[in-house]
Amino acid sequence: MPVVNWLKRHLVVIAGLFTLAYLLLPNVIVTLFSFNKPKGRFNYQWQQFSLDAWKQPCGVAGMCDSLSISLQIAVWATLGATVLGTMISFALVRYRFRARGAINSLIFLPMAMPEVVMAASLLTLFLNMGAQLGFWTILIAHIMFCLSFVVTAVKARVMSMDPRLEEAARDLYAGPVQTFLRVTLPIAAPGIAAGALLSFALSFDDFIITNFNAGSTVTFPMFVWGSAQRGTPVQINVIGTAMFLLAVVLVLVSMLINNRRNSQKA
Amino acid sequence: MSTLTEAPPPLAPAESAAEPPRKRGRFTPYWLLLPGILWLVVFFALPLVYQASTSVQTGSLEEGYKVTWHFATYWNAFSEYWPQFLRSIFYAAGATVLCLLLGYPLAYLIAFRAGRWRNLIMILVIAPFFTSFLIRTLAWKTILADNGPVVHALNSLHVLDLTDFLGWTAGDRVLATPLAVVCGLTYNFLPFMILPLYTSLERIDGRLHEAAGDLYAKPSTTFRKVTFPLSMPGVVSGTLLTFIPAAGDYVNSELLGSTDTRMIGNVIQTQFLRILDYPTAAALSFILMAAILAMVTIYIRRSGTEDLV
Amino acid sequence: MTTDNSGDVRLSGIGKTYGAFTAVHPLDLTVPQGSFFALLGASGCGKTTTLRMIAGLEEPTSGTVHLGDQDVTHLPPYKRPVNTVFQSYALFPHLDIFENVAFGLRRRGLKSVKKQVEDMLDLVQLGEQARKKPHQLSGGQQQRVAVARALINHPKVLLLDEPLGALDLKLRRQMQLELKRIQTEVGITFIHVTHDQEEAMTMADTVAVMNGGRVEQLGAPTDLYENPRTTFVANFLGTSNLIEAEVDTKSGDDIVLKAAGDKLVLPAARCGAPAPAGGKVLVGIRPEKIALAHADDAGGIPEGRNRLTGKIADASFIGVSTQYVIDSPACAELSVYVQNVERDARLVPGADVVLHWSPAHTFGLDAAQAIDAGTGEEVAA
Repeated sequence: MPVVNWLKRHLVVIAGLFTLAYLLLPNVIVTLFSFNKPKGRFNYQWQQFSLDAWKQPCGVAGMCDSLSISLQIAVWATLGATVLGTMISFALVRYRFRARGAINSLIFLPMAMPEVVMAASLLTLFLNMGAQLGFWTILIAHIMFCLSFVVTAVKARVMSMDPRLEEAARDLYAGPVQTFLRVTLPIAAPGIAAGALLSFALSFDDFIITNFNAGSTVTFPMFVWGSAQRGTPVQINVIGTAMFLLAVVLVLVSMLINNRRNSQKA
Repeated sequence: MSTLTEAPPPLAPAESAAEPPRKRGRFTPYWLLLPGILWLVVFFALPLVYQASTSVQTGSLEEGYKVTWHFATYWNAFSEYWPQFLRSIFYAAGATVLCLLLGYPLAYLIAFRAGRWRNLIMILVIAPFFTSFLIRTLAWKTILADNGPVVHALNSLHVLDLTDFLGWTAGDRVLATPLAVVCGLTYNFLPFMILPLYTSLERIDGRLHEAAGDLYAKPSTTFRKVTFPLSMPGVVSGTLLTFIPAAGDYVNSELLGSTDTRMIGNVIQTQFLRILDYPTAAALSFILMAAILAMVTIYIRRSGTEDLV
Repeated sequence: MTTDNSGDVRLSGIGKTYGAFTAVHPLDLTVPQGSFFALLGASGCGKTTTLRMIAGLEEPTSGTVHLGDQDVTHLPPYKRPVNTVFQSYALFPHLDIFENVAFGLRRRGLKSVKKQVEDMLDLVQLGEQARKKPHQLSGGQQQRVAVARALINHPKVLLLDEPLGALDLKLRRQMQLELKRIQTEVGITFIHVTHDQEEAMTMADTVAVMNGGRVEQLGAPTDLYENPRTTFVANFLGTSNLIEAEVDTKSGDDIVLKAAGDKLVLPAARCGAPAPAGGKVLVGIRPEKIALAHADDAGGIPEGRNRLTGKIADASFIGVSTQYVIDSPACAELSVYVQNVERDARLVPGADVVLHWSPAHTFGLDAAQAIDAGTGEEVAA
């Protein structure tokens, strides 16, 4: 039974590829339907091929504004969370002090908490303080939940770093500042970059916490949510497709550069 | 998301790793921690305190709320919304099991069988993250559309008869049924299962497989006795990272479900943002938090991997 | 060489405690300019802590560190004219070899480093590898980069923390000679920490054997080997047979002892312990100093030699020599190494033999110490 044997041997591969297809199918649909010309307000059924949406990506009222707000928030949230998170990671890895356990839990809990709970409680705080909901409350919330992820990423990197490297720098006439700038920071950089990238993705794509704390400000995910009720413009799919392609291209390019650099040196 | 999979910190080498005491640096850790920890205290911990206080307040939106230690709100909220609680837990559990079943082969494939395709598959797992998850969830409306190919196929295979019988779908529809919601939840949190699984599978020394084979283990036995137990940290953190957000989610239920598939997240959202019944909403989210923390604690204890955090 | 003493390292009463644990008991040590000095001991004996206090990476709890006439006790490492070759090298993974070597020069604000770095890389035969990253080099090459990176700064003292520990045996032997050559060439003080007694003896002019945070004995390698003053030194450097014996009489410069009926003679000058008549002393003898004769030939052994009778328990042939384990009434499991010049076919396990050696090779130790200290088999303290 060669067929059965072949299936048996490749069962894992087949199952794995099935899962991969399951993961990618929506992206295929999103891309496909960015070329659709829907009849009604909703873009759920294929009608006919059209490049209209690609020609006018900002042709929907408010969409590109929301995109710009999301980008701004994501950039500032990434910056804030990365700086604060990196500082915490260094303190946690490099120093022994009291309350370590408490601080570790405080960092872990936001990741183990359903988003809706954080969203609701943060709104309670803002309401109680009489804060004006909008750009700033969203930014505060995003920095809060990105922080834990940055700490996790950076901590792993700093922890695996040989403490002798910094000693070697100090032994070789580098003062504390020089040691940090010339040795510690460059070596921790991949972890910091990973944390920052994750922050950006999380912030840019966040809906639940933003929805609670946005007031009348509309981010891109909120625009999509609203359009699911009122009618989905094709341009949403254009943006979705463009982001997916951009991500794949960026990753591929960085991998190519890495490969070339390594092969040149080897 | 790697917190849960991170290895325990290495023991400090006896002689060399002891940090030299710096005279001026005694307060350095506190300065480093201060801004970030303050942020978490003010915008994460303090809100929970406020919410706790809100949950025992009474009053109305017009007259304002006052703390009256009215614990009955908890009981009222629970007795009114227990079906949504139960549903959330069932849906989240179902999605978690599906994620494990779907995610394990893919993680295994990437870790051991992908060869030079490893990086590409990895990119394809992560890249969808960059398309807004709402847009991707909306795509399921198209995929599961009533007259679409998926429903058609399931119908002709009489699968829908079975799921209808089980109460997972209704009639000839998949959309607006529990199945659609669980399918959406599974889809949305699948990467959170795959990545920790992959991390722990990748750490397994390939020679262990050879050793097991050398010691008379069939491939299936090798998997049961060696690979799977060694990937337990990944399984545990993957299930947690899937179950927790799934239990609190309301997006999938809202977009792919109906009023019969409302989860507790939907209730909290409505109470908070539309009905503006803050005490009930606060009580509900506290019950959810407590339930999840309790389940997670028991689960971690049971699986014997307490050094996850 | 010169009368310059700026490379002297003087430690006075230097000690280090961590809470209740004493890593280094206050010790005095002077390493003269230009010498190759080794700190030898098992892991956890305080040798690395001592080295790190000289480097400035560890603040001493007590005492002072002087380089020449300068008190550097409280100077941070980046202000000390001392450089370190770290265990597992600690090469900066994000910098290439050239930048690793140039690191110290650049930090001191030197602008044109190219010539110096290239010369230094040539000295360690790595000129071709300048633009590679550390992980692309072999262990031996990485080790040479670590040495170059430290030496280029012309330190007064070079500290080496187990620099060869990560290399395989053959490369280690090669690098030992290489380091010795470089040290002779540049003439600066080397302080070398190692747990490998052969390495210490091969390379260093002076060896300090450390144990439990204290210096047990200090001296030239031959001196330490021939005249150990503690059981730890006797066992840690090479192998020693230690036989418990009772003092019988003193005759002139010799002490006569009794061990299970056999009479042993020990020169009084080689006894590191008080030996009152009737007291106990540990008699030490190195395995290669012992000659072996079959019991039938006992008559042919010259007079005046120390003798013990015994039975061969085990014999292992290892090429240049044969190592015997011999059970004697005086002491179980005596080691004897016999060169394979003319092998006596009768010397097989079970044979009765006589061990004999010159009294001049015998040394005496205080019997109040643990007899197995430093063997690696004692219960960890």
